[in-house]
Amino acid sequence: MGKIKSLADLRKMKEEVQTKIKLRETSNHPEQVVQVKVGMATCGIASGAKETMKFFIEELEQEAIDAVVTQTGCMGYCYAEPTVEVTLPKKDPVVFGHVDKEKVHEIINSYIKRGELIDGIIPVNFKTIDD
Amino acid sequence: MTDYKMHLLICGGTGCKASESDEIKNRLNQFIEKHGLEDDVQVVMTGCFGFCEKGPIVKVLPDNTFYVQVKPSDAEEIIKEHVVKGRPVPRLLYTDPKSEKHVSDSKGMDFYKKQIRVALRNCGFINPENIDECIARDGYQALGKCLTEMTPEEAIKEVKDSGLRGRGGGGFPTGLKWEITRNVENDQKYVVCNADEGDPGAFMDRSILEGDPHSVIEAMAICGYCIGADTGLVYIRAEYPLAIQRLKVAIRQAEEYGLLGEDILGTGFNFRIELRYGAGAFVCGEETALIHSMEGLRGEPTFKPPFPSVSGYMGKPTNVNNVETLANIPVIINKGAAWFSSIGTEKSKGTKVFALAGKINNVGLIEVPMGTTLREVIYDIGGGIKDGKEFKAVQTGGPSGGCLTKEHLDIPIDYDNLLAVGSMMGSGGMIVMDEDDCMVSIAKFYLDFTLEESCGKCTPCRVGNKRLYEILDKITQGKGEAEDIERLKELSFVIKDTALCGLGQTSPNPVLSTISNFENEYLAHVVDGKCPAGQCKSLLRYDILEEMCTGCTLCFRNCPVGAITGERRQPHYIDQSLCIKCGVCYEKCKFNAVILT
Repeated sequence: MGKIKSLADLRKMKEEVQTKIKLRETSNHPEQVVQVKVGMATCGIASGAKETMKFFIEELEQEAIDAVVTQTGCMGYCYAEPTVEVTLPKKDPVVFGHVDKEKVHEIINSYIKRGELIDGIIPVNFKTIDD
Repeated sequence: MTDYKMHLLICGGTGCKASESDEIKNRLNQFIEKHGLEDDVQVVMTGCFGFCEKGPIVKVLPDNTFYVQVKPSDAEEIIKEHVVKGRPVPRLLYTDPKSEKHVSDSKGMDFYKKQIRVALRNCGFINPENIDECIARDGYQALGKCLTEMTPEEAIKEVKDSGLRGRGGGGFPTGLKWEITRNVENDQKYVVCNADEGDPGAFMDRSILEGDPHSVIEAMAICGYCIGADTGLVYIRAEYPLAIQRLKVAIRQAEEYGLLGEDILGTGFNFRIELRYGAGAFVCGEETALIHSMEGLRGEPTFKPPFPSVSGYMGKPTNVNNVETLANIPVIINKGAAWFSSIGTEKSKGTKVFALAGKINNVGLIEVPMGTTLREVIYDIGGGIKDGKEFKAVQTGGPSGGCLTKEHLDIPIDYDNLLAVGSMMGSGGMIVMDEDDCMVSIAKFYLDFTLEESCGKCTPCRVGNKRLYEILDKITQGKGEAEDIERLKELSFVIKDTALCGLGQTSPNPVLSTISNFENEYLAHVVDGKCPAGQCKSLLRYDILEEMCTGCTLCFRNCPVGAITGERRQPHYIDQSLCIKCGVCYEKCKFNAVILT
């Protein structure tokens, strides 16, 4: 990627990356891809988020589920670390707390594969600047 | 894939569980089965909704109906009416206290407006190590707008009009600071980001740098453009390795895109950012000490004026802003001063991030509009006090702040209101205490911290705080006298009036505020020789009630210092001169014969 030369370029690029991130073009079936975000700030890592993320990647690969696993910062729910946000295609994101290996299995088997919510999801309780 | 048409979310937070939310879940499932709806409706227990005052809560998806104070006996009606017939149950809906109307869709509830994430807008949303994700969320648009479409004066005016005040604690108007630094003539100026977060229990700056480093970088460049600086320095403590690493990655990516460096966006504006590491000294959060530390000198404050805006890093005009302050800047430029100043109170605009810690259920990071009350923060967002205990106090502003009590729960939080009740905003740590916390010990804890962190340059802070600590220690040892309370007050006022920098000027605050709010507790220590919270060991006394003691010898066998004597099947005794007050006998006794006074 070269340098961004002007504000117009930056605006154009914003449009491009927005679509790219929305669809996660790395996938062959962008409309079916599952997005997993693991909270990887100091608080999350201290509670085992690295292991959780690694385990997610391994398990999703083994199950041959088309998914993108990324890291993100602190979601603010320090009492429930590690926290993971899962977005199924065409659905609102759902945040899960206390995600250890066992919970990863549960999330993959119940939520990702069958669309069933599982106990322990964290309800959204804030507004964003776009609301 | 099972395609549920409806989800019933039931709160599984501590408060709601105590009000039978498990039983509600069972009942709901029971009636779902009865109506043969197992494949259409799923009941899920969630984490805390945070609206504990009105718990237990049941939320219905997809229509967002929000039921409050639900009882197990209501389960049948919810299923029969709402799920089967599609009619919400009005008597269980939340009633808006102002309009006295039922609110069905939870999006219309005040409760959802309690938190607004401005500074934390990207935290937990984007991958902090991927600049594209940041750009997709408006990253660097504000910088582009400033450089291309605004003059530095216009940008400063926007920040001034927004009413943004420093989030590091002092609350100085940010736009004014920028203007002062801009108006000082010099060939070289600096932008400094203060990432030396030192309050015990505060971690919002670390979280912002770890979750959204680009916003801070962008804001520093905007500040550089406004004040006329081409160099930015981030002073960050070395004990934040992850934040440092993410910042480094972010700076490198911004340079690769040409968003930092020479001729940014073809406008001829140059800006680079370097990191400076601190060793984690509390006093280095004070801007003059911070600048000396960056210069390679001892981290000691110097007298102001001259202010850093006039003579700062290397004697050049320097603008120092805290991480959270900077994180607000791009939003102000993008959405405008009017949008930002519509949030908050008259003199404190925008939102504030708080780190909730201590005896609270939902420990974590929250962001609320200025003017939110402590009650809302602790009970509606924080989920109330752990283990159902009684709220006693909350410490805001860290070692420089004070304790607020039950009486202060309904005060709208902003800079001025907190100062008026003897505390301060500080960087936003909130440590919640319950009935088991001894306020004298809390004051002693903070003094212990300031003692360690005092740089030792001025006498009031170096010696005065030591003496304060000694008096507090004496009181917790049970050796205090009634005059000690007056001594503490007098010494505190002298330190406040004569110390050189903010550290010393505020270090007696925890002592003064605990004395003014909990004088009875101090008196109990010095007059009655008792610690009401049962924390000060020297003031405790364990005794064995003769009539209750069966002579089982369990306490005798477990006492680590041999302070208990007695024959089998005869009452036992504790030798007070030997007892170390460890409480083992109290825990071991099966007949409640050991009492604590």
